[in-house]
Amino acid sequence: MIRQSWWKLLSFVLLVYTCSYGFLVEVPSPPGVPLKETIRNLFFHVPMWIAMMICFGVSVVYAVKYLRRHDPVYDIYSTEFARTGTLLGILGLITGMIWANYQWGKPWSGDPKQNGTAIALLIYFAYFVLKGSLQDEEKQSRIGAVYNVFAFFMLFPTIWILPRLTESLHPGGQGSEGNPGLNPKDTTNSMRTVMYPAFIGWTLLSVWITTLRIRVQIIHQKQLANE
Amino acid sequence: MNKLKRIIGVMLLAILSVAVQAQSAVPEDNTGLMRSNGKIYVVVAVVVTILLGLFFYVFNLDRKISKLEKK
Repeated sequence: MIRQSWWKLLSFVLLVYTCSYGFLVEVPSPPGVPLKETIRNLFFHVPMWIAMMICFGVSVVYAVKYLRRHDPVYDIYSTEFARTGTLLGILGLITGMIWANYQWGKPWSGDPKQNGTAIALLIYFAYFVLKGSLQDEEKQSRIGAVYNVFAFFMLFPTIWILPRLTESLHPGGQGSEGNPGLNPKDTTNSMRTVMYPAFIGWTLLSVWITTLRIRVQIIHQKQLANE
Repeated sequence: MNKLKRIIGVMLLAILSVAVQAQSAVPEDNTGLMRSNGKIYVVVAVVVTILLGLFFYVFNLDRKISKLEKK
């Protein structure tokens, strides 16, 4: 049987709910806002970013743990959470480009949030390049962990702070609205009943996938140790 | 076994809740569920199928890794 199944089931239930009721829930269509039905992407595009940030957050916690007590298991945790986070970031970027193609006219408009995310993801790509380029495993883990801390502290300026300093095409990013990403005026309470379960569900699914990779890596390490 | 029963129970409940939602949203003059409401239910069916497949895959992976861990 699968391990610790309650939260995995919770993720399944929440995502089935998201992917069914998410299409049926009434969405507002205020005049002047061209989002219309595409606001439903709130249940699919935005959770990618939430889950990505949580994965990167967990990753940096384990990187610091690794630096404190050189346990290779912490390094496995840190690397695999960063991997899932990067995947979610790519998915978020692609889904965002599809959405932008119909909303802003073209897939890439150089929106500060798009550029910032691209930079953040490139920094995380460099994390894997760096780790892959080192032969010695201990060095790989240690330099990887140090770089991970740097990457995490670049993530927040690039996706949260810099987009706020200029105007963004994202909802809530015009003039002094101040929050490129979510505009509270576009969301209603009934949408929130799907939005929060979607955030939790997608996050749990990404954690599930990550734990699978971690377990495979740990088995792999054990096999190497036995040989 | 008990765990499996609970899992199936939760899944049934999840599907049931969807069915309840579907019924309340069907207009009176429709000619079948899949054609009502601008055919959005077709999309729901597609997405839910993908999701079920995805979860089936992840679930199987989890079981296989658990078996490997026991060895």
